[in-house]
Amino acid sequence: MIKHFLNLEWKQYFRSSYWQKNIAINIFMVFFALYFIAVFLGLGIGLFFLLKETFPDQDPFVIANSYLFYWIIGDLLMRFFLQKLPVMSVKPLLTLPIKRSTVVNYVLGKSALSFFNFLPLFAIIPFSIVLINQDYDTAMVLTWMLAMIITVLIINFLNFIIEAFSTESELSFLPIMVVVSVLFGLNYFEVLPMTSLIGNGFLAIANHPIFILIPIAILIGCYVFNYKTLIKKLYLDSSLKSKVAEVNASDLSWTERFGDIAPFMKLDLKLIWRNKRTKSMAFLLLIGVLYGLFFYPQPMYREMTFMSAFIGIFSTGFFLINFGQFIPAWDSGYYKLLMSQNIKYEQYLRSKFILMVISVVLLFVLGIPYVYFGYKILIAHFAAAIYNIGVNTHVILWGGSYNRKKIELDKKAAFNYQGTGAVQWLIGIPLMLVPMGLFGLVNWLAGFAAAIALLIVLGVLGIVFHKKLMKGITQKYLNSKYKMIDAFSQDN
Amino acid sequence: MIYTKDLSKTYNGTTVLNIEELTIPKGQSFGLVGNNGAGKTTYFSLLLDLIKPTTGNITSNNVVVDESEDWKPFTSSFIDESFLIGYLTPEEYFYFIGELRGQNKADVDNLTSKFEDFFNGEIIGKKKYLRDLSKGNQKKAGIIAALIGNPEVIILDEPFANLDPTTQIRLKQIIKDLAEKQGVTVLVSSHDLMHVTDVCERIVVLEKGNVIKDLETNPATLKELEAHFGSTAMASQEEE
Repeated sequence: MIKHFLNLEWKQYFRSSYWQKNIAINIFMVFFALYFIAVFLGLGIGLFFLLKETFPDQDPFVIANSYLFYWIIGDLLMRFFLQKLPVMSVKPLLTLPIKRSTVVNYVLGKSALSFFNFLPLFAIIPFSIVLINQDYDTAMVLTWMLAMIITVLIINFLNFIIEAFSTESELSFLPIMVVVSVLFGLNYFEVLPMTSLIGNGFLAIANHPIFILIPIAILIGCYVFNYKTLIKKLYLDSSLKSKVAEVNASDLSWTERFGDIAPFMKLDLKLIWRNKRTKSMAFLLLIGVLYGLFFYPQPMYREMTFMSAFIGIFSTGFFLINFGQFIPAWDSGYYKLLMSQNIKYEQYLRSKFILMVISVVLLFVLGIPYVYFGYKILIAHFAAAIYNIGVNTHVILWGGSYNRKKIELDKKAAFNYQGTGAVQWLIGIPLMLVPMGLFGLVNWLAGFAAAIALLIVLGVLGIVFHKKLMKGITQKYLNSKYKMIDAFSQDN
Repeated sequence: MIYTKDLSKTYNGTTVLNIEELTIPKGQSFGLVGNNGAGKTTYFSLLLDLIKPTTGNITSNNVVVDESEDWKPFTSSFIDESFLIGYLTPEEYFYFIGELRGQNKADVDNLTSKFEDFFNGEIIGKKKYLRDLSKGNQKKAGIIAALIGNPEVIILDEPFANLDPTTQIRLKQIIKDLAEKQGVTVLVSSHDLMHVTDVCERIVVLEKGNVIKDLETNPATLKELEAHFGSTAMASQEEE
């Protein structure tokens, strides 16, 4: 039986369209994974010496253990958002003569092979080797290592338990927040010193191997709990059924003031608010606002004035870039409908344009408090906002006419690269690098004021020629109409 | 009304549709039958300018469909679920289509209220998104949406598939009324020979992209069609 499952797994992986169609993204993902592996390896090898240098009079092994609590919390939090139990894939197995218990064990067992479980090993094993090299007792280190590996698996299964509770509650990330903040709070206010408790726990296991039975018992407990909840849910009408969302209707009659593009504005707003992937993008507005905070508090960046143009473009254009790069792929699911309906392409595009302009203005206004770090920053952001409105909106709409990748809106949001093609990578150049380069160059040659003026002039030019530009862009879309319809009706 | 001349569509050297000449007069209920891959959906897609013809063209109401967009105001269609916007409720979808076709909410409500028994209480006021409706109910919503805005040409691809028997019978009545009472040209494709002969005044049989039969519907048509498709089944059996 396992042989069949493994065979299925293998085919699912290598026959997925990701492998076959999107080599660029695969390479990117592999690099991403390699990067993390490298970071963890570095941590594993370097941690001992790092701790020894920072706390010369204490035992690095004890210190490392005292930080385990934060690692557990962080890991749990990260997994909650990124790792899901792969239940849906078993749907075709239900009608086959396979015992339900086998299916459940398979799903749970498969989750143990997740990348998230292997990643910590890259830190744990080198760290253990370093410990043995530093004349720690080999048996003790090995017990500790085993305990750590069991802990990784406990976190793995604990996450699914938390997720099982989350799906039942309205605010889906409330349970994880409660668990994490209670644990953190207990520790922080020293009601229950979790850090030393967990640290001492691991030390105790390392010194008295018999205690390893405790984590093993917890692991078995978590597994059994998962098993019991899952076997109850393995029916088409419970967890395997895709969830039916309650309609959240809101009054969008204020869009009427935009005249003939109002129907599309309403559609776009609903699109953003009612689909997982777009919804998470709306929260990017928040990141856009806060983006400057990564840089401006450090005086080093404040002195580099051209940095503020870059941050300005990025922070006021955050939504523009993330939403705009997938126009018109957002509507790919029903593109045939739009193309056979009585619509003017120009109205359809103008609605997207207005939406992006609104987001830029909003992000700029919300970013006004950055004036605290110097008035020049505010001026640079203003110029960047004008440039975004006048130039980048048009550039991104124009780039959209090269989009040939379908997006399925109800797919998960994090790590979803569906719809990403070469266009998305190339469009970044005119969008970000050109204004940065121009600004940097003029700033260097003729000073800050001239550079600001340049961005504003370019932006205003774009606004003045808006109608003309839109005409050209619309023509571009019309020309690639058949190609787009064809591409969007392919499943990828 | 709809005039097709020298129309062909070729993919990588394989011709999937080849129609020399086909005229569909105004107010006719026109049925298209054929096995899988006969070219029914290709023909409808060409009619809606969703794909580009390799040769020839279709003229609808004196508008060449792949040259001008002026056919859009009087043409509506429901081809498949990709014509639905999953994250809207059926009502919102109707209003959206209405707005595109110059109808206000009251007009749309007026129209949809006429189809209450067709909806069977499963579409309106359910507070569900279209993506969460069953296949059959999605189809109902899509078909009715195609009636919004007094179109003169309505194109329905496989409208009877996935519908329950009661709804199939109601849909037949709706299509008949459209053609007979309102003078709408209705183009329907189906695999169900009985339904097409019930509904359509004229039936064209496509096979591998070619028109091989063009029949005025009469009481003997169903027999003739059954005999035709039966014989192709026999022929292919013999070939094997």
